[in-house]
Amino acid sequence: MLGDVKAAHSAAEEKLVAEFARARGSLPGAAPVGALRDAAFEAFKSAGLPTRRVEAWHYTDLRMAMRDALPVAPAPKADASLKQKLEKLAPRIADLETTRLVLVDGYFVAELSDVTPKGVTVTALSEALAKGDAAFVEALSAPGMGQGDAALALNTAFMQGGVIIDVAAGTHVAQPIEMIALSSEMSAHAVYARSLLRVGKGAQVTLIEREVSTASQIEQRNHALVVSVADEAQVEHVFVPAILKSASTYVASLLAILGAKASFNSFTLVQGGGLLRRQIHMRFDGEHAKGQLAGASVLRNKDHADTTLVVQHVAAHCQSREYFKTVLDGESTGIYQGKVIVAPGAQKTDGAMKSHAILLSDDATMNNKPELEIFADDVVCGHGATVAQLDEDQVFYAMARGLPKPVAESMLLEAFVDEATDRVESEPVRVYLTSLIGQWLSQRGAA
Amino acid sequence: MAAVQETVDRVKSVDVDAYKYGFVSDIESEKAPKGLNEDIVRFISAKKNEPAWLTEWRLEAYRLWLTMREPDWARVDYPKINYQDLYYYSAPKSTPGPKNIDEVDPELLRVYEKLGIPLREQEILAGVQERRVAVDAVFDSVSVATTFKAELAKAGVIFCPISEAVHTHPELVKKYLGSVVPTSDNYYATLNSAVFSDGSFVYIPPGVRCPMELSTYFRINEQNTGQFERTLIIADKGSYVSYLEGCTAPKRDENQLHAAVVELITLDDAEIKYSTVQNWYPGDADGKGGIYNFVTKRGDCRGARSKISWTQVETGSAITWKYPSCILRGDESRGEFYSIAISNGRQQVDSGTKMIHLGKNTTSRIISKGISAGRSNNTYRGQVLAQKRATNARNFTNCDSLLIGETCGAHTIPYIEAKNASAVFEHEATTSKISEDQLFYCMQRGLSAEEATALIVNGFVRDVLQQLPMEFAVEAQKLISISLEGSVG
Amino acid sequence: MIEIRNLHAEIDGKKIINGLSLTVNDGEVAAIMGPNGSGKSTLSYVISGRAGYEVTGGEILLNGENILEMNAAERAAKGVFLAFQYPLEIPGVTTMTFLKACLNAQRKSRGEAELTTPDFMKRVKAGAEKLGVPQDMLRRALNVGFSGGEKKRMEVLQMSLLEPTFAILDETDSGLDIDALRIVSEGVNALRDPKRSFLVITHYQRLLDYIVPDTVHVMSKGQIVKTGAKELALELEANGYRDFVGEAA
Repeated sequence: MLGDVKAAHSAAEEKLVAEFARARGSLPGAAPVGALRDAAFEAFKSAGLPTRRVEAWHYTDLRMAMRDALPVAPAPKADASLKQKLEKLAPRIADLETTRLVLVDGYFVAELSDVTPKGVTVTALSEALAKGDAAFVEALSAPGMGQGDAALALNTAFMQGGVIIDVAAGTHVAQPIEMIALSSEMSAHAVYARSLLRVGKGAQVTLIEREVSTASQIEQRNHALVVSVADEAQVEHVFVPAILKSASTYVASLLAILGAKASFNSFTLVQGGGLLRRQIHMRFDGEHAKGQLAGASVLRNKDHADTTLVVQHVAAHCQSREYFKTVLDGESTGIYQGKVIVAPGAQKTDGAMKSHAILLSDDATMNNKPELEIFADDVVCGHGATVAQLDEDQVFYAMARGLPKPVAESMLLEAFVDEATDRVESEPVRVYLTSLIGQWLSQRGAA
Repeated sequence: MAAVQETVDRVKSVDVDAYKYGFVSDIESEKAPKGLNEDIVRFISAKKNEPAWLTEWRLEAYRLWLTMREPDWARVDYPKINYQDLYYYSAPKSTPGPKNIDEVDPELLRVYEKLGIPLREQEILAGVQERRVAVDAVFDSVSVATTFKAELAKAGVIFCPISEAVHTHPELVKKYLGSVVPTSDNYYATLNSAVFSDGSFVYIPPGVRCPMELSTYFRINEQNTGQFERTLIIADKGSYVSYLEGCTAPKRDENQLHAAVVELITLDDAEIKYSTVQNWYPGDADGKGGIYNFVTKRGDCRGARSKISWTQVETGSAITWKYPSCILRGDESRGEFYSIAISNGRQQVDSGTKMIHLGKNTTSRIISKGISAGRSNNTYRGQVLAQKRATNARNFTNCDSLLIGETCGAHTIPYIEAKNASAVFEHEATTSKISEDQLFYCMQRGLSAEEATALIVNGFVRDVLQQLPMEFAVEAQKLISISLEGSVG
Repeated sequence: MIEIRNLHAEIDGKKIINGLSLTVNDGEVAAIMGPNGSGKSTLSYVISGRAGYEVTGGEILLNGENILEMNAAERAAKGVFLAFQYPLEIPGVTTMTFLKACLNAQRKSRGEAELTTPDFMKRVKAGAEKLGVPQDMLRRALNVGFSGGEKKRMEVLQMSLLEPTFAILDETDSGLDIDALRIVSEGVNALRDPKRSFLVITHYQRLLDYIVPDTVHVMSKGQIVKTGAKELALELEANGYRDFVGEAA
């Protein structure tokens, strides 16, 4: 009977099958990579695009949202216009020296990128895949993470661009690495980028993923970053996805694996734009590691932003923190799904998860699903979730002190979101994030 | 504090074999042939001498059921049920229909005595019990006795088996049956609609505060018999009733199916308080036998300012699949869910609630305490939803889990959905264990490890126990201790 | 009377008590002082029977009976009481419920009749009054939300109700201001009795101004390294532990 329920492929799924057949020959990689792609695509084909029937996608129906499947973006030409666009759309973050790596439609463009400091090696995905080194392919595929996720399988099947960053053991990278993803916007296309950050034992690095687009074309993005944090290494990570044109779809996956005494702190700022799904899998493989996932989503119009986290405590004595804030205006939909799994034996796990949302409009919807799955008894785990409106008393108080209502509201909303951005370590990055949120707030009255 | 001492004493008095309701009674029964088809559905309907509309209603449900799939989303795992290998109707032979208590088979009365449920009114009146409780006793599929009927009738309260209400109050049954849980609702509810045999019917007229607590006691006795009761409670405008439900079953090596449906309706300003102490046989320590408890319970706060409150203490059943819910349709209506779910041995519990806010200024409160021990798995699954029209919806949820031992699991899966800017939802959940320090502290003061555990667990569930009527609270407390026996070293 | 003979104990394979001998006679108040890490708290746990501590040698006799084979609850019923340095919180269990459960469990284990509720209430109220424990505290969950001083007062109230023959006070002065210290000490002094012995564990001399000991023992590296009269405490206060620490090595 199960077979009957699974209807024939949708138009987008049919297109994806055709597109895979068309592009398969030109996608980079040696033979073992080809096998990986084929297996992933088969897995996608049998599952289809995720619908709400898939519990992990309970509030996001990608199959419904993707009416069509766009062709894979071709490799761009690194000409002067791209350089201009880069300078215009991605000015330097104030007070912050970074090492820039530039990707256009997912493809790494060395000509536009900075030289990397000592101890850091950068390789284009295509080059690494062509070599097909077994250890690399295994690291890139992050075994055991996000299994059964059809969107991630699609990324594996089509991965056409991306960058591999290796930080040698013991290296303390002083300047943050700034990965800038630019859209060529030459045509409506799909981008499947897969990147890998490998941080050696005891090394320290900050990675800022910053994406820009003028949103002139509908895009379909499927992006995945694998972060492997070796024992005692420390990684700070900030992700600011592009605001895409409405009707675009974006699945941004992060797969993080932490070794013993490692530390990983990741922040995501979502500013809406079509359908965006941020999915993060974090796994503790070694004891005494600390992981924090934080983020803020500010949404309006018909934005649909889904933040889904799976945190797996496999090793004992680890600490996880999840902290997300969502502000919803217009007819937007916000989703927070967080699942903390404590495996048998992961004793002394300390997990705390919070999701707070403010609804500014009667037409907005917030869905929260914070889950705990606990198989060890000596743990301290908890979660909290709230949905509310702006505190009228606070607004009134500020207005009574002479602030016009929009200013009062903006001030309170900024304070609300700040509690999340405060978790970003670097001050210049915090200031940058706050300025983006300020821009969003300033457009509130205008909209 | 007397209750705690009582708990401690009870733990001691119970033999190693903890399930004390596990006896089988030798009572002759009349059964329909095994299996399910339209003829069986007609047979059940005919046995009850039902009107044509109800027979048709059942058949429609049966046909729908054939097209449905058994749900698989819950965190429970069990072998496929062969629905053709069950008896769908079993009645004690000596009671062709509800009777005067004096005509009830004395053997049956002894069964209820053994269970601690007096069915003779004079015994209750003569006893030490201060509060009187009217009881409807359901044995396998049939109501065998309902007490205090006459006194309730004086107040205008109707309390009788639903099979009787079909004949005596057809207009009420027809109006409300299936109006909260439609025949198409879910696999088990649909099956119940096709084959339900009996259950209780309650109607409280406008403005009446039911003069005593009403109670149904369910007992599965027969082997290979599914139990499918149907309970329907209507609280008319401005009325109030407190209803208690208890359940036990004999120990058997096979699994037994229990798929009940409970529908509650409150009109303007009415209130229903529904309490359950569920102690179906949980199976043995290795997971052999036990009841599959697949129950649909839902209340509809149809009227303004009405209130429905569910309180449950779930200690039994091999598998519990149960989500007593409230539809907060009337403006300013209120829904409450208080739950203690304890799992030990190989028990699997997937239980919680749904609070569906539809009306304006509706409020709900969820307090759930899950305790897992042995090799059991205990899941809280709940939904809180504010629809667009539900201005000022308020919910507070608190889910706490306690783990005892390293081989059990505790899970929390809440769905919190707000489609209205004025909704305020708060949700908190924690997971913890009984700390070695707490145990040592209690033992240093003279309590044994088991006494200390019982004391700490009773503290953990106190917020919920306080919601139960007194007699039930005492029973629940001792059940908790018994259920956790053997879980501490 | 408690006699500890050549006691050796360890936790997680780490030796903490190394051949300690100590006798506290009926009616005697003995103080144990010593630097951090000398094994004072471990000694209190070993005497009261906390799981996880392995006794590898020696014996502990309470009124001539070896208690080492008994669990914590059995020792409590025999009259061992430990006033905890950090009393535990038990959410949802009211103080009253807890006290009654403990008292009756001990009585039962000694073959005595359980107290009736009115008798029990009378005793609790009288005890609470003496210690300045307000009635509403008895109806609150045990130690939940209590201040440091309230928790310590509650320990002494429990001691007065359970009437132990041998009581250990583990750093009872820690976290107390002067007023609270005086109230708690007065409570303890009121319980001094020719048939009851006390072991007062403290890091500072301050407590011994209020609870004046008959004997003072200095503990270091899991042994008693010096025994003297109450003046020894003053000496320690003036000169520190340095003089004694070497002796045990």
